Amino acid sequence: MSVERRVLTVSALSAQLAAVMEERFPAVWIEGEISNFKVYGSGHAYFTLKDEGAQLRCVLFRTRARRVRFEPKDGLHVMAFGAVEVYAQRGEYQLVVELLEPRGLGALQLAFEQLKERLAAEGLFSPTRKRSLPRFPRKIGVVTSPSGAALRDMLRVIGRRFGEIHIVLAPARVQGEGAAAEVAQGVRELNALGDVDVIIVGRGGGSLEDLWAFNDEMLARTIAASKIPVISAVGHEVDFTIADFVADVRAATPSNAAELVVKEKRAVVESLADLRVRLRRAMARMMAGQRDRLERTRGRRVLTDPGRPLRDLERRLDDARARLRQAALGAVARGEHRVELAGRGLRALSPVARTLNGRRALTDLHGRLGRGVEQAIVRAGHHLGAAAGRLDSLSPLAVLGRGYSLTRTPTGRIVRSWREVTAGDAVRVLLHEGSLDCRIDATRETDDRPQV
Amino acid sequence: MTDLKFEDCLARLEQIVGALETGNLPLEESLKVFEEGIALARHCSRYLDAAERRIEMLVKDESGGVTTTPFVFEAEDEA
Repeated sequence: MSVERRVLTVSALSAQLAAVMEERFPAVWIEGEISNFKVYGSGHAYFTLKDEGAQLRCVLFRTRARRVRFEPKDGLHVMAFGAVEVYAQRGEYQLVVELLEPRGLGALQLAFEQLKERLAAEGLFSPTRKRSLPRFPRKIGVVTSPSGAALRDMLRVIGRRFGEIHIVLAPARVQGEGAAAEVAQGVRELNALGDVDVIIVGRGGGSLEDLWAFNDEMLARTIAASKIPVISAVGHEVDFTIADFVADVRAATPSNAAELVVKEKRAVVESLADLRVRLRRAMARMMAGQRDRLERTRGRRVLTDPGRPLRDLERRLDDARARLRQAALGAVARGEHRVELAGRGLRALSPVARTLNGRRALTDLHGRLGRGVEQAIVRAGHHLGAAAGRLDSLSPLAVLGRGYSLTRTPTGRIVRSWREVTAGDAVRVLLHEGSLDCRIDATRETDDRPQV
Repeated sequence: MTDLKFEDCLARLEQIVGALETGNLPLEESLKVFEEGIALARHCSRYLDAAERRIEMLVKDESGGVTTTPFVFEAEDEA
């Protein structure tokens, strides 16, 4: 019995294998670890999926690669969806990948982590790059949707907290295809205006996909390159995006971003108001202090009644003069009394001897009387000298030296009132140096001295 | 006035207020710095008030340049 050999060409077998395999595995999910990942100039990517026991060649065509949200690379554990194809020319089969997803983390999450890691490694998030916000922003640039909740919240905060701010809105879609590019464009345009003090980029809350535009690498680089400080305000407190990391300041929410911007300015306005109050208060206190001092000075007697010290001195001079006069008169009276007594005794004695004796006694008495008077006068002179010394110590001349003068009538009476003299009277005005003989032109009850 | 000059003005004003508050300045000097302080405070206020509340939106004109137009907020969506 002869067996007829059934011979197939290589191509025929390949074709049959291809038919079987492609029919059997038109769409399958495969799980494995990426190795030998390589992107060719065409944009197609080739890699191997492997596990402990086997390998599978995979191809990711350019059009599919664009839809992959993360960066496939060696060692990543992934799930690939596609069709098995036979590549007859090389006797191989491979998986033509339609979808590629990371295993474990979601694709977006992984992509986020990967970009974050890469930009961090470049130093884009470094604290030393962060600029502080302007203290007195006058013009604020905002990149967001012109109809979104984020803008509404920011305007509400700014309007309530501090009205005098100029806001320039750079309208941009904040989600979907092209959103990242529009936001980046807005940042660049606001920079180009040249007078914007700070830029807020943001949007309201949403899903991870909604916020995705703010995880765009190109946007991150645009924010990093902005000459104007950028505040990111994306979603809610818990949402972190790449924009948040690269921005100079991350605000938890758009409202919070607006708060940050106006906070400093409000603080400055308040401290300026405070300084104004303190300035006026300090000056008022200073003036009150000076006024007090002035009052105290005016209260001194020499200014309230400049004539008084002079009058006191004069009274004491008069006293001294009276005492001197009395002392002299007393001495003379005592002397006369003794002369009288002696005369009587003399007359009672016999004429010659008694006359001689009497004469001697009389001469003696005369001398004593003279000396007594002299001594009394000297003593009185001492009194006067002492009194004058006291006068000196009270410095009447010092008073005259300050510009006061003393007016006396020809009899030496001091003129204190306009009533004491009449026109035509002669007076002598005693000055610090010398004196003036004057004649009264007129008398007046009032004068123009400053009222103190 | 720039922000920098504004900062200088504010610093000088703080210095003046501090000096007046110690009360050690002679009267004439006090009056002098007080007047300077009042002028500085007025200056600073003017600078801060110079900005007015205004909201504008960037728009592209026909030639592709960017200009601004007054903007009034009208909520349409919650994004």
